[in-house]
Amino acid sequence: MTGRTPANPVPAIRIDHVGKRFGAGPLVLDDVNLEVEPGEFVCLLGASGCGKSTLLNLIAGLDQPTSGRIETPAEGSAVMFQESALMPWLTASRNVELALRLRGVPRSERRAQALELLDTVNLADAADKRPHELSGGMRQRVALARALAQDRPVLLMDEPFAALDAITRDLLHEELERVWRRTGRTIVFVTHNVREAARLGERVVLLSSRPGRVAGEWRLDASGPRRIESPEVAALSIEITDQLRKEIRRNAA
Amino acid sequence: MPPEDLLEQTAPAHDDLRSLEAGLDRLQTDPERRQGPWSRFATSVLPPIVFVLLALVAWQLYVVIAQPRPDLGPSPLAVAASLGEAWESGRLQLAVATSLERGIIGFLIAVAVGTPLGLLLAEVRPIRRAVGPIISGLQVLPSVAWVPAAIIWFGLTDATVYFVILMGAIPSIVNGLIAGVDQVPPQLRRVGTVLGARRFRLATLVVLPAALPGYVAGLKQGWAFSWRSMMAAEIITTGGTIGFGLGAMLDNSRFLADLPGVLATILVILAIGILIELVCFAPLERRMLRRRGLLQESGR
Repeated sequence: MTGRTPANPVPAIRIDHVGKRFGAGPLVLDDVNLEVEPGEFVCLLGASGCGKSTLLNLIAGLDQPTSGRIETPAEGSAVMFQESALMPWLTASRNVELALRLRGVPRSERRAQALELLDTVNLADAADKRPHELSGGMRQRVALARALAQDRPVLLMDEPFAALDAITRDLLHEELERVWRRTGRTIVFVTHNVREAARLGERVVLLSSRPGRVAGEWRLDASGPRRIESPEVAALSIEITDQLRKEIRRNAA
Repeated sequence: MPPEDLLEQTAPAHDDLRSLEAGLDRLQTDPERRQGPWSRFATSVLPPIVFVLLALVAWQLYVVIAQPRPDLGPSPLAVAASLGEAWESGRLQLAVATSLERGIIGFLIAVAVGTPLGLLLAEVRPIRRAVGPIISGLQVLPSVAWVPAAIIWFGLTDATVYFVILMGAIPSIVNGLIAGVDQVPPQLRRVGTVLGARRFRLATLVVLPAALPGYVAGLKQGWAFSWRSMMAAEIITTGGTIGFGLGAMLDNSRFLADLPGVLATILVILAIGILIELVCFAPLERRMLRRRGLLQESGR
């Protein structure tokens, strides 16, 4: 585990002593502190019930923290969910165009921009297909193109590849990494998959369960492309898994 | 941000990824198989036609073999002859035109009233709680029950018929739209919010199109109810300034104890109902369901 030394004085996201409980229920998040630098790729990792999706919703502004504060860019964040949630009556291109339209892009420019974004995720040929004609992986790529169409500096991803088969997921990891390197977006990626976190993140943040607290952080050297089979990913996965199991075991007592 | 030279390095890797993804996409999607016109005809048009022809043959055979009294058991030919007679006198065309015009105008008014009402009820909770149960109740109430009241209010005028049509169609359209809005997946609303849509644009760009299947189902039922209740109203209310519709034609034939005429009129009313369904609603529904991938292609 390496300590964090902020290289940039102004973080893209600052989470400051954030706590969250729903109504009179138990504490879901407890005193979470986290800073994400602009352009950083952070994976939030945790077992079920650690409040990682809750934290993501707070960052997205879909929900308000009970205590503490969250600072995010004024432009807001783009969000991608586990289900692609494409509008089933719109073609792939129209789905992307909807995001452009709600962002205020003039009608005449939308189609060309949408095609460009679809090409970014290698789906230019599928522009006029409807969601039901696309595979799960293709739908998630359209959803990624739509999130990019929002043109926000921060991209929040809530287990976006959890429902995909391993081969497709592997390809989408590469795709996402490439898009991240190309666009310089700040990405917060929520997952319960240790290897996925180790494969993708520049930094992996482990949350404990019930209540969710930051239980560990790992930094990775992300200067070059890596793969899920790489030895450094495997080594880190073992380390993180050990810590994760320790956290889970605490709940048995 | 990554340094520029890294992008250069990853370019061939990107081409690699592209072809890999293209291959996987091909493997994971099926080419679309759409029914040709001939197989559509053979699977969805031909069977009912064959059935109707068989039923007519059975009817004619029954008349030839059992020889019922002609005034109680007319043959299909007698019914056809009665239909031809009504056509020649111009009564049939007049009745069809009158009834269709009323039905369509009444239905369009019902759509214009029912759609905003349905949206209001679906989206505003307090109104929904207050008015919702009553609208559902009105759907159960046969709208013919309004005929006596309507006659007292409007006399024997077209207004009576329109009133009955509206009372039949509006609750169906409202309920269909509410059901459609209730069934909009919550994640679509959430995505709309994340994309930056506020209340009005969320309603017009996300909720309404997503609710379309329920809305169309409500329109279909609304049409059926207005066509039915209009026939009942036309049978009950004849004379005055009310024009000569199919209901009046039916009642005339009953008065003359002209069973072939009665059966002929019933068949015309039925045929118009089926025709409107086939020409207007079925293609609309098919198109909508196919676009959303909700249509199970038959015939295989």
